[in-house]
Amino acid sequence: MNDRYELNKNLAQMLKGGVIMDVTTPDQAKIAEDAGACAVMALERIPADIRAAGGVSRMSDPGMIKRIQEAVTIPVMAKVRIGHIVEAQILQAIEIDFIDESEVLSPADDVFHIDKSTFDVPFVCGAKDLGEALRRIGEGASMIRTKGEPGTGDIIQAVRHMRLINQQIRNIRNMREDELFEAAKTLQVPYELVRLVFDLGKLPVVNFAAGGIATPADAALMMQLGAEGVFVGSGIFKSGNPAKRAQAIVKAVTNFDDPDLLAHVSEGLGDAMVGINEQEIRLLMAERGA
Amino acid sequence: MKIGVLALQGGFAEHSRALDTLGIPNFEIRKATDLNKGPDGLIIPGGESTVMGRLLHETGLFFPLKKMIDTGLPVFGTCAGMILLARQITHEPKPYFCSMDISVKRNAFGRQMGSFHTTGEFLEIGDIPMTFIRAPIIEMEGPDIQILASVDGNKVAARNKTMLVTAFHPELTANLQVLQYFLAKVV
Repeated sequence: MNDRYELNKNLAQMLKGGVIMDVTTPDQAKIAEDAGACAVMALERIPADIRAAGGVSRMSDPGMIKRIQEAVTIPVMAKVRIGHIVEAQILQAIEIDFIDESEVLSPADDVFHIDKSTFDVPFVCGAKDLGEALRRIGEGASMIRTKGEPGTGDIIQAVRHMRLINQQIRNIRNMREDELFEAAKTLQVPYELVRLVFDLGKLPVVNFAAGGIATPADAALMMQLGAEGVFVGSGIFKSGNPAKRAQAIVKAVTNFDDPDLLAHVSEGLGDAMVGINEQEIRLLMAERGA
Repeated sequence: MKIGVLALQGGFAEHSRALDTLGIPNFEIRKATDLNKGPDGLIIPGGESTVMGRLLHETGLFFPLKKMIDTGLPVFGTCAGMILLARQITHEPKPYFCSMDISVKRNAFGRQMGSFHTTGEFLEIGDIPMTFIRAPIIEMEGPDIQILASVDGNKVAARNKTMLVTAFHPELTANLQVLQYFLAKVV
């Protein structure tokens, strides 16, 4: 692997133990930074609103992203549609810190993901299981997140994805070395990456939780299940008191193993985002790309 | 000897692993009561200084730690750790611990596209690998500060009697010499 890929994985390492928050304006970005976000995701509409609005959703206006870049010192991420090479080139041209090739936006390609190894900027991609995670890493992703189900405030899918990825990693860990070839075939991923998971006992890149996190308890749950940090999308700016909720989630991620502190930070946060239950969802964003 | 690693956010696990490799007992510092374990040295890792700055206050760690640092607890700060220790941050009204007489500039090489890896000379050690991730630099330093490394004219490592800071991340490479320098010459 080249220097650039190492540097990009290194940036993800520096985000560990942190909360990455969706923001739609420079003001929200500032609120997120002040609340302790380790990075912000700049987008025109948060997933809950994308869901409500329907229609095709695309990369955000680069001008809007630039204003957010000017407003904060923390890393700024932005989303491109799955397979949309040119949206990614545009974000690289404005020196975004991280690109999220995201199922939250309408996919541009229903077969191919972006060959992320041809870019200098790092990419984060969603995954529901180990096969997906390793395929994205094979394409050059520097960071993985669970897909969860964005814009719902329902944690069930993020839990399912995180548990499954970690179960599959444990299974590989327990294999005889000569069984790894078959595992690669079943997972539909390169043998070298399966071998790496076998050796490391974890993904070769940082793995965050995303999709449906709405409370400090949700965030701490994902950390206890093995997430190395969390993305919070609609959960913050769709809630009654965004700044307070954001601060509470940041503290919950750092002290995810301390129930006394979690009880304390969970008090008096005002209304959580309303949320949609899994069964009520018409559009399963997690099914996009595989 | 045991070393406390500030574990609020960022690359603290990498530092713990490096200490483990050298067989140095270490523990994570996440809340004020963790300080009762009595560290002989402190490592402040890379990550986002704005996040750690906020969490230091909210966890009640800030003032006890500042007191320990200012009264001689040996401390090693990498990247964000260097920003947290600095007396001044360019274009920003409020520094954090304000303990080390250096003035630093955040994101001095730009955004992630400006992150780079190089080999540079570190005083008394020689050439070592240096990984800079959205790194700061030291713009000015007081008379008691010794500059230990520069890259392309930018000052990227410094020390005084009890503090060592690097703008780069020794913990992201397999090279343990800077950590060994800290343990041997600062702690």
